[in-house]
Amino acid sequence: MKTHIAGGRLVDPASGRDERADIFIDGSEIAAIGKAPAKFRAERTIDAQGLVVCPGLVDVAARLREPGLEYRATLESEAAAAAAGGVTSLACPPDTDPPLDEPGLVEMLKYRARNLNLVQVYPIGALTHALQGSKLTEMAELAEAGCVAFSQGDAPLPDPQMLLRCMQYAVTLGYSVWLRPQEISLSRGGVAHDGEVATRLGLQAVPAVAETIAVSTILLLARQTGARVHLCRLSGAESVDMVREAKASGLPVSCDISANHLHLTDIDIGDFDSEYNLVPPLRSSRDRDALRAGLADGTIDAICSDHTPVDDDAKQLPFAEAAAGATGLELLLPLTLKWADEAGIALVQALSCLTSAPARLLGIPAGSIVAGARADLCVYDPSQSWLVDATRFRSQGHNTPFAGYELRGRVLYTLLGGHIVYE
Amino acid sequence: MSRNPQLDSSGRLAHLLSIEGLPRETLVHVLDTARSFVSVTERDIKKVPLLRGKSVFNLFFEPSTRTRTTFEIAAKRLSADVINLNVGSSSQSKGETLLDTIANLSAMHADMFVVRHSQSGAPNLIARHVGPNIHVINAGDGRHAHPTQALLDMFTIRHYKHDFPGLRVAIVGDILHSRVARSQIHALTTLGVAEVRVIAPATLLPAAVTRLGVQVFTDMAKGLKDVDVVIMLRLQNERMSGELLPSAQEYFKNYGLSPEKLAHADSQAIVMHPGPMNRGVEIDSSVADGTQSVILPQVTFGIAVRMAVMSILAGQS
Repeated sequence: MKTHIAGGRLVDPASGRDERADIFIDGSEIAAIGKAPAKFRAERTIDAQGLVVCPGLVDVAARLREPGLEYRATLESEAAAAAAGGVTSLACPPDTDPPLDEPGLVEMLKYRARNLNLVQVYPIGALTHALQGSKLTEMAELAEAGCVAFSQGDAPLPDPQMLLRCMQYAVTLGYSVWLRPQEISLSRGGVAHDGEVATRLGLQAVPAVAETIAVSTILLLARQTGARVHLCRLSGAESVDMVREAKASGLPVSCDISANHLHLTDIDIGDFDSEYNLVPPLRSSRDRDALRAGLADGTIDAICSDHTPVDDDAKQLPFAEAAAGATGLELLLPLTLKWADEAGIALVQALSCLTSAPARLLGIPAGSIVAGARADLCVYDPSQSWLVDATRFRSQGHNTPFAGYELRGRVLYTLLGGHIVYE
Repeated sequence: MSRNPQLDSSGRLAHLLSIEGLPRETLVHVLDTARSFVSVTERDIKKVPLLRGKSVFNLFFEPSTRTRTTFEIAAKRLSADVINLNVGSSSQSKGETLLDTIANLSAMHADMFVVRHSQSGAPNLIARHVGPNIHVINAGDGRHAHPTQALLDMFTIRHYKHDFPGLRVAIVGDILHSRVARSQIHALTTLGVAEVRVIAPATLLPAAVTRLGVQVFTDMAKGLKDVDVVIMLRLQNERMSGELLPSAQEYFKNYGLSPEKLAHADSQAIVMHPGPMNRGVEIDSSVADGTQSVILPQVTFGIAVRMAVMSILAGQS
């Protein structure tokens, strides 16, 4: 199949390219950019006048809920959601049921995803058995099965000793360790930021210091072990400062935030609205502004969807009992564009947080548009505004804090390996 | 928050979930209405027909004696049919969800739900899902709110102190876990009390308590100085086990209301307690039973205040 994407605005953060250029696809690869290769006869031409053509998005955190949690979502539904969101590569955390701590589970997931052929799935393996924090997993076997990094998901490690051993073992084999920083003894039972909202509503708090203490411990141990550490879903202003300082001192650390935390604060919880029950909790506007500043100055590397489909019943409970999380694959791009608009960030920089940067973090061949590369592309209309209606999501999860928001930027085509997987 | 979840589209009180967000006039209206019911409760025949034919469901997901009983008495004095459900021991333990329980009881033509729940916000969730003619009264949810308790406390303060501006009120004890304290603070600030103080060790204070418009004291002598009203909070047994406080003895020594500590307050100060009291932990018996104590009148007024709330919600006052 030969495809010609004609007249679009090509934005490729990896090369810094932002110009009007045609793309010629032959089979699964990009054959040429700008000028058609000799004797190129397109079987399909996509008119991209007025549209943006960028690398397919790379999401570093999307829960597909398989294996084990199929009542919440299936690989079919969530892969379709990814395609509809312009996401062509995604990393899924190991917090499935059972967790991704066995090569067989990882192989099965990869195999099922490959057959669906809607999105490239890169599993993140469990750091410890059953995520229980007591026994290391067979990381080499898991990596062979397809794991690109190792993580505890949202499960805590019991103490710094175990964290140290996880890092030492991972660095021995050359794997990166992905950690969501949260000191469990300071956060147990908590569901909201320890600010005015939690005080007024009588919700148990997760203080910001629960995150900063963990960030501090992780950075100290990373320095000692030389482990490559990625911090997942930062939420607090001080955490961003600590990572900025660590990066300046040369530590090979990276971090991401969720698109939800780029826009929302604890005030949005309003009248105990469980759609805003997220992990980590939404914090103050000062924290949100610090996350935005951290993204703008490059301290924060990537924006992820933190896609967490939840069944309706699990949200229709008192706030603290409701399942945490929001579905996000189909909102990742417009929420990022909304931030870029509001903060006056150049498109090429904003899109780097969704393409080249996360691809580099995962160490995967994705996130750029060059001749000879796999044709994973996202074509979107930057001017089209649309109203978020959760019932129209491809995702099985209809839980979103953004229902009713008017967002700009609509994905029109998603190509995976030259194949149109969404239009 | 788009609109106050307690008010219907025409601004009338549809549910009583929290004191926060209610205008001063609404609180005063409840207090005025309650005053008219005090005389009813003192009569020989203590019934009025305002809620005749209505069904009030007492839904207690958490045990309670005093609050449930006073709600029951209040509803009966308004001639309502009262159904007491001890939900903790029935459907919820069989796995039924909160909203399914509510849907089933609604199908039995309930007119009013009086809800106590261990989770903050549970009554708000229920209020969002009941039909338009069903009213929800929060009888205490988690650490969030206990609005009828705060209203009966305001009634008591007004009864003894006549008006709110100019008063200094101190709330003493476990503010962190207390729904009563939160509702009292909102009620006192809404009614224009000059100074609301909270007195507690830092382990029993919520993170952003000053944002509620209170002054924080950790020392009883300073905090009680010249106050007109002292409200003591109950200290739950599980809070004294060492994590938050070393012992009941040390707590009593520092924060228990003894005659010596009470002497720092205004000589005409009244002493209140939402009950049930831990004598010798947060309050000395000689104070609890002393001349400045209004703890038992609080209970009596509680019936009139709950009658007022129910009749207002039912559109009868």
